[in-house]
Amino acid sequence: MAGQTGIVIVGSGLAGYTVAREFRKLNADSPVTILSSDHGGFYSKPMLSNALATGKTPDSILNSDAVKMADQLELTVRAHTKVIAIDRVARALVLQDGERLPYSQLVLALGADQIRLPLAGDGAGLVSSVNDLDDYRHLRDALEGKKEVVILGAGLIGCEFANDLSVAGYRVHLIDIGEWPLGRLLPQSGGAFLQNRLESAGVTFHLNNSVHHVDRVGERLRLTLAKGETLEADVVLSAVGLKPRITLAQESGITVNRGIVVDQSLKTQDPNIYALGDCAEVAGRVLPFVMPIMHASRALAATLAGNPTPAIYPAMPVLVKTPSCPTTISPPDIGARGDWKITEDQDGFKALFQDEGGSLLGYALMGAATKEKNALTSQLPPVMG
Amino acid sequence: MRQFACAVCAHIYDEAIGDPENGIPAGTLWEDVPDDWVCPECGVAKSDFEMVDP
Repeated sequence: MAGQTGIVIVGSGLAGYTVAREFRKLNADSPVTILSSDHGGFYSKPMLSNALATGKTPDSILNSDAVKMADQLELTVRAHTKVIAIDRVARALVLQDGERLPYSQLVLALGADQIRLPLAGDGAGLVSSVNDLDDYRHLRDALEGKKEVVILGAGLIGCEFANDLSVAGYRVHLIDIGEWPLGRLLPQSGGAFLQNRLESAGVTFHLNNSVHHVDRVGERLRLTLAKGETLEADVVLSAVGLKPRITLAQESGITVNRGIVVDQSLKTQDPNIYALGDCAEVAGRVLPFVMPIMHASRALAATLAGNPTPAIYPAMPVLVKTPSCPTTISPPDIGARGDWKITEDQDGFKALFQDEGGSLLGYALMGAATKEKNALTSQLPPVMG
Repeated sequence: MRQFACAVCAHIYDEAIGDPENGIPAGTLWEDVPDDWVCPECGVAKSDFEMVDP
């Protein structure tokens, strides 16, 4: 609409839609537009990595399509719309077709890209990754009638997919460069506990290892690993990590580091531009997963509604959706000083990260020990007070 | 017993397990979970949960 500017949110993931939803609770009238590079529908991304076990299909994962979301939240959703540039002086976005879309306040909720390993071989281009519902649809199509899957990366997403696929009857190989799974979140003995449970569920681990090249062999792919052995699979899924989407901000002169640099109020150095979620670096930290997005969205919605509010992050435990080994982790800060105190038995694993004075700074709970989650979380310091 | 999944974070509410840490005993049917109960993982409302296909 000519002459009418409002809040424009770039990105229709959890961050974009949650900001919009929280904003509508505070302000029923101001125009809000969400720009999406895909279909613009709303769905739960964490559901993708346990959809087989929960009986979900790509269609049933889609919670509400763009039309329904627009109707429900009384806003405009523009699907398949790419932003080329931000004209900060004129306060307008430049879209792919040359259209200029003015904004009063701009929210960057761009998300992150899957990191792609540089792999050699004529099959390298056939390695899949899952970063959104469309990717997941392709994966499910590729898995149809197939049996063997190799997953690159034994982080949270890799372990979740490995568990989901093996329980659904696929033969799963999990390859990681580290010595144990969830290397960034778990102490070594915790990784061994998880590995053991996933092995019992049918997952074959190839740790301390990596893939050199991927070659096509008929319909299948052959992987040659650094240690020399070869593996064949129908589908290869890469899940080695995420990198924040910073290019749009960077090219528009907004300060970026690992993510788009924002202060605790989620504001960039441009007072009309904010960023949150997987693309943002809040006061020096890129905070992944769902909970930081929920906290950031509520604070940003209040700020956009005229009540400047910094994001406060309490301790935010991460639930790893590996049903063969229920796992909840609240990792200590990078650089936190202390030691893991570990107790383990047949049914569970409990690791407490404590400083010299005995204060709890983080924990990792698996199996029966996950019951202690709430009691322990209440003892943790906030991530960002 | 049925299971319900959070539409935001995919947390599962399992009637057989309940949510004892938040005052919902094991065996509590979904319809008996109070409307002001929220997802213990991400804080969204009960109305944002959907039944998981058996």
